[in-house]
Amino acid sequence: MTSDHDPLLAGLAAMAVPAPGRLLGTVAGRWTRVPGPAGDVYVASTDLGVAYLRTAGSAEEFAGLFRARFGRPLLPAARPPAGLLTALRTGRAGRVRLDLRGLTPFAASVLAATATIPRGETRPYGWIARQAGRPRAVRAAASALAANPVPLLIPCHRIVQADGMAGGYVFGTPRKEALLRLEGANLDEVRDLAAAGTRYLASDTTGVVCFSSCRNARRITLAHRHGFASLAAAGRSGFRPCRHCRPV
Amino acid sequence: MDQTATGPDRIAVELAADLDAGFAALFEAHQNVLFSTALRICGRWADAEDLTAAAFLRAFRALSGYDQERIAGLRTRPWLLTILLNAWRNQVRTAARGPREVLDAEPPELETRGASTEAQAERHETSRELAALLDLLPDRQRVAVVLRYVADLPIAEVASVLGCPPGTAKSHVSRGLRRLRELQAAQVRPDDPAPQTDEEKVR
Repeated sequence: MTSDHDPLLAGLAAMAVPAPGRLLGTVAGRWTRVPGPAGDVYVASTDLGVAYLRTAGSAEEFAGLFRARFGRPLLPAARPPAGLLTALRTGRAGRVRLDLRGLTPFAASVLAATATIPRGETRPYGWIARQAGRPRAVRAAASALAANPVPLLIPCHRIVQADGMAGGYVFGTPRKEALLRLEGANLDEVRDLAAAGTRYLASDTTGVVCFSSCRNARRITLAHRHGFASLAAAGRSGFRPCRHCRPV
Repeated sequence: MDQTATGPDRIAVELAADLDAGFAALFEAHQNVLFSTALRICGRWADAEDLTAAAFLRAFRALSGYDQERIAGLRTRPWLLTILLNAWRNQVRTAARGPREVLDAEPPELETRGASTEAQAERHETSRELAALLDLLPDRQRVAVVLRYVADLPIAEVASVLGCPPGTAKSHVSRGLRRLRELQAAQVRPDDPAPQTDEEKVR
């Protein structure tokens, strides 16, 4: 009995349908290699957005890293995701969509706070821990930054030690320092001030106290600039914390 | 997709050579069979998409842990369908199945597209009725019928997916078909959502 003669079998065969075209995109990642501010980077994205960015010696090595972390296949992309090239050139994630599934809530908070730090500025590790809602979890915050799936797009290089030293980085400390200098961050000034015991700068014209890396701190003229070792000391002198850098 | 029971599985060979490129070939070759099967066993279009994607993902994760020899020896189609059915059973087990809505078993845009020809619409209607009847079969018979006649698997592969001897698979299929014919015969009005049983018809 063939389906030609049996309407039931013909009906069953007609129930076979083509799979929706977008299905592969929900399973596999797509990779592309693009120029970054410090050499080429490999970028993997899913149907939800960019999920992973790393340097690698080859596409195979990158696929291996991606597979180990996400357990998904990785296929070549036809073109880089929208906005990626601009984001890497300007240091602003802008309209790049990110796929940050799989992060712990704390790591997600750490990265969300990191994403708010503008180009050319830095914040200390203690700040990021507080912004993420766990002021004492400085080490955990540093671990979350070290595991950042999308460095450069979420600028974890802008989190530095309180003494102005660059600290660790997923691409190595020298590259972190080079990136920060490229962005115009005042690393040397922060270091010199920290060496002299100054972590915060206040202005007697605005009555505001900032991190020494804040763009507002950098605008204070020497005649009106006051240095402080602690926020408490600045508070006692009548300065209120800057709303831009939110010093802690 | 024609695979003899004994020859080497072309896709498995590709997978053994390159897991990522081979996966694209695996997906391309079997996505329609997996999706059609998923749609007929779980009823809803969105669930079928999720189930198909989950099965391919499970498959990839399993492959990542296999050595090349094991991958090269796979019969990829029944292997994938086995994974799909296991994933479905786990879902059913964890989330007790809610009321099944056969009307959702179509792409979301189909209703509004409005350009379907009469013949397409009629075929569509027939599929919907048949889907409702298929839904009334016990799981084993339904799965066997779907694998044999919707996915168009030879009985040896149906048996491999069901994990039973070919004779048993054959009897699940033929019992399922017989039951479907009875249900069709008992269906007085074609648009009646609940086909009557024999006793009801007599009354």
